[in-house]
Amino acid sequence: MKRILAIVMALVLVVAGVVCLTACKGGNTETPSDSSTSGNEDSKVDVSKVKLGVICLHDEDSTYDLNFINAVKEAQTTLGLSDDQVIIKRNIPESNQCYEAAADLVDEGCNVIFADSFGHEDHMIKAAKEFPNVQFCHATGTKAHTEKLDNYHNAFASIYEGRYLAGIAAGLKLNEMIKAGTITEDQALIGYVGAFTYAEVISGYTSFYLGAKSVCPSVKMNVQFTGSWYDETAEKTTALSLISSGCVLISQHADSMGAPSACEEKNVPNVSYNGSTVESCPNTFIVSSKINWAPYLEYIVKSVAEGKAIDTDWTGTLATGSVQLSEINDKAAAEGTKEAIEEAKAKLEKGELHVFDTATFTSEGKKVESYMVEDTNEVIKDGYFSESDFRSAPYFDLEVDGITRLNVNFG
Amino acid sequence: MQNKEEKVHEPLFHVSKRSSMPLWESTAIRVASILLALLLCGLLVALFLGKNPADFYVSLFKGSFGSQRKIWKLLKDIAVLLCISVAVTPAFRMKFWNIGAEGQTLVGALASAACMYYLGGKIPEAALIALMFVSSVLAGAVWGLFPAVCKALWNTNETLFTLMMNYVATFFVAFCLIKWTPDGSSSLGILEHGHLPRLFGNEYILLIIVVVLLTVGMYIYLDYSKHGYEISVVGESNRTACYIGIDVKKVIIRTMLVSGAVCGLAGFLIVGALDHSITTETVGGLGFTAIMVSWLAKFNPLLMFVTSFLIVFLNQGASQVSQSFNISNAFPNVVVGIILFFIIGCEFFINYKINFRSRKEVK
Repeated sequence: MKRILAIVMALVLVVAGVVCLTACKGGNTETPSDSSTSGNEDSKVDVSKVKLGVICLHDEDSTYDLNFINAVKEAQTTLGLSDDQVIIKRNIPESNQCYEAAADLVDEGCNVIFADSFGHEDHMIKAAKEFPNVQFCHATGTKAHTEKLDNYHNAFASIYEGRYLAGIAAGLKLNEMIKAGTITEDQALIGYVGAFTYAEVISGYTSFYLGAKSVCPSVKMNVQFTGSWYDETAEKTTALSLISSGCVLISQHADSMGAPSACEEKNVPNVSYNGSTVESCPNTFIVSSKINWAPYLEYIVKSVAEGKAIDTDWTGTLATGSVQLSEINDKAAAEGTKEAIEEAKAKLEKGELHVFDTATFTSEGKKVESYMVEDTNEVIKDGYFSESDFRSAPYFDLEVDGITRLNVNFG
Repeated sequence: MQNKEEKVHEPLFHVSKRSSMPLWESTAIRVASILLALLLCGLLVALFLGKNPADFYVSLFKGSFGSQRKIWKLLKDIAVLLCISVAVTPAFRMKFWNIGAEGQTLVGALASAACMYYLGGKIPEAALIALMFVSSVLAGAVWGLFPAVCKALWNTNETLFTLMMNYVATFFVAFCLIKWTPDGSSSLGILEHGHLPRLFGNEYILLIIVVVLLTVGMYIYLDYSKHGYEISVVGESNRTACYIGIDVKKVIIRTMLVSGAVCGLAGFLIVGALDHSITTETVGGLGFTAIMVSWLAKFNPLLMFVTSFLIVFLNQGASQVSQSFNISNAFPNVVVGIILFFIIGCEFFINYKINFRSRKEVK
């Protein structure tokens, strides 16, 4: 009995000691927030009254949400927000729990709330209607321009431009393979692992294809859908089956490492998405495009601080820093890739080049002269398909010649 | 005799089964185990996160009681979990290991969502809600019926069968979502019709009342009805049941129909009162958590008020810890796991006694 008592006493002592130690640590952490407030002076906007709430579908384990959480941290540093001014709620499903999380964030004093997943939209709108004095911002959603609420906003980025630039890198790689004689011109076939036959995916793979085609005219592309945004096994087997059916380069629109790792195994070049995969795929990773959400988060926080209205639909671009390309991996990329991308990027920014220029593609053998989205919006303007114009979320869903959908079960 | 025993090496301690223990003593052991678990968790917080354990305890508590809205959410979450826990209980009392509550609830939810999708706005709201209720209960019951019939007729393994039915349900929902969303997003959004009425302006009250009544009703059904008695006898021994003239097959099928139907009801409540929509994640693992709630309460519906509170409290607390410390959910989930481990582990000390070697005897 005495022995047990001694053990218990020892445990209590240890716990007490650790508590004291950490209590001291806790006191120290307050200092960085003081120094960070000085960052406000640089941006010349007083953001001290703003409290940002962020709702994430999953947590850091998902590459999709990680991208948002990193953006929150980046925006926090840039704006000099203290830790008390930012609340992240993780693992919030696309259900009433999203509304509950938003309402809870309002209780905690947040005056601008951001949600990251498509399915959060209706629940965010429900919250926006209940709390008119709080701004609700939603990434990837499509309903802000029809709901017409003063405090509900959608945002996306012109990621099709990033995809187009990544497509150029893919096209140059194919050219290099043709030149080296490993494939003939007719064998320049790209394989693409898609999630759903959803406009965001279609817009993504078409812009990627058009980028490749702009430098390698003979390129063709096969697209296969997995029917899931995140299914590592399905993405990997899909990539492998594309490779075995003769695809010599792979890209993907799905969130896992499935396709890149299949490429590394088979030594097939890969153009990635959502961030660089060079560490796991040093021999096959060429380049990756991604959306950086930090500029948008900075924009909404500043708008709330200054009392300005937030755009109903906000589309980040190359110029705002929302559309980014990763470092090019010289080991896998063709020579001159960097220069070609820089050149095209400059043209895109100046407006000299349009990704969906109707002169560069045909649909069902014909040039596209007119196309209506959501019944009333003509999107063919000045000879190009104006993507992310009347609303921020992509809506390009034409079937372009040269791209074959291997399965269309999902949509 | 004594000489012989002296030579035998007696272990430091040995374990013996307790005959019984007064309620106050078992309660004390349970409370002590929770406190000990919390102490250990505080220690882990200090060691791994370098944070003040006091903040951790505050957050854990704040997750459920931090605001009026959080308290309502706590009650609502308890109600949903309790509903599914009560649903699995009749089968468990019969020792029919139904781990298909997830799927049974999901098809119930799907049935409601299908009514809302196809009939919303076309028939009066009251008729729509009635139809949702009936179809959800039926869907859940049918999902429970398949494994029950196969068990009753061919003695198939109900654990595997009900587990597999969960996957079928999930993919069935995924299939319907693809069918119902022509834009290809697989996200249905809030359906406008078929919302259950708000009582006193609160969207949770109706749900909570229904579940409380259901729980009490299930307690009476299981402990004071002939059906309940038959279930207990079948659970104890099939042969005894046969001997006293109980039709075991009938009881198995009937009980799983009840289990499935109540799961379906839970699905109806989730869709009709809360989500007004469906995804493959609508039940979100509650069907499995419910098993733990039911088991911890020793299959007593009234005790499930306590156990479901405990589980929901821990989950809400874990989310709050993740939010307050700005970390992923991994660590808070470890903490919840530890606390549950202690709670389940303490049953050992309630059922068994540890006898330490006494020094005198050794000498």
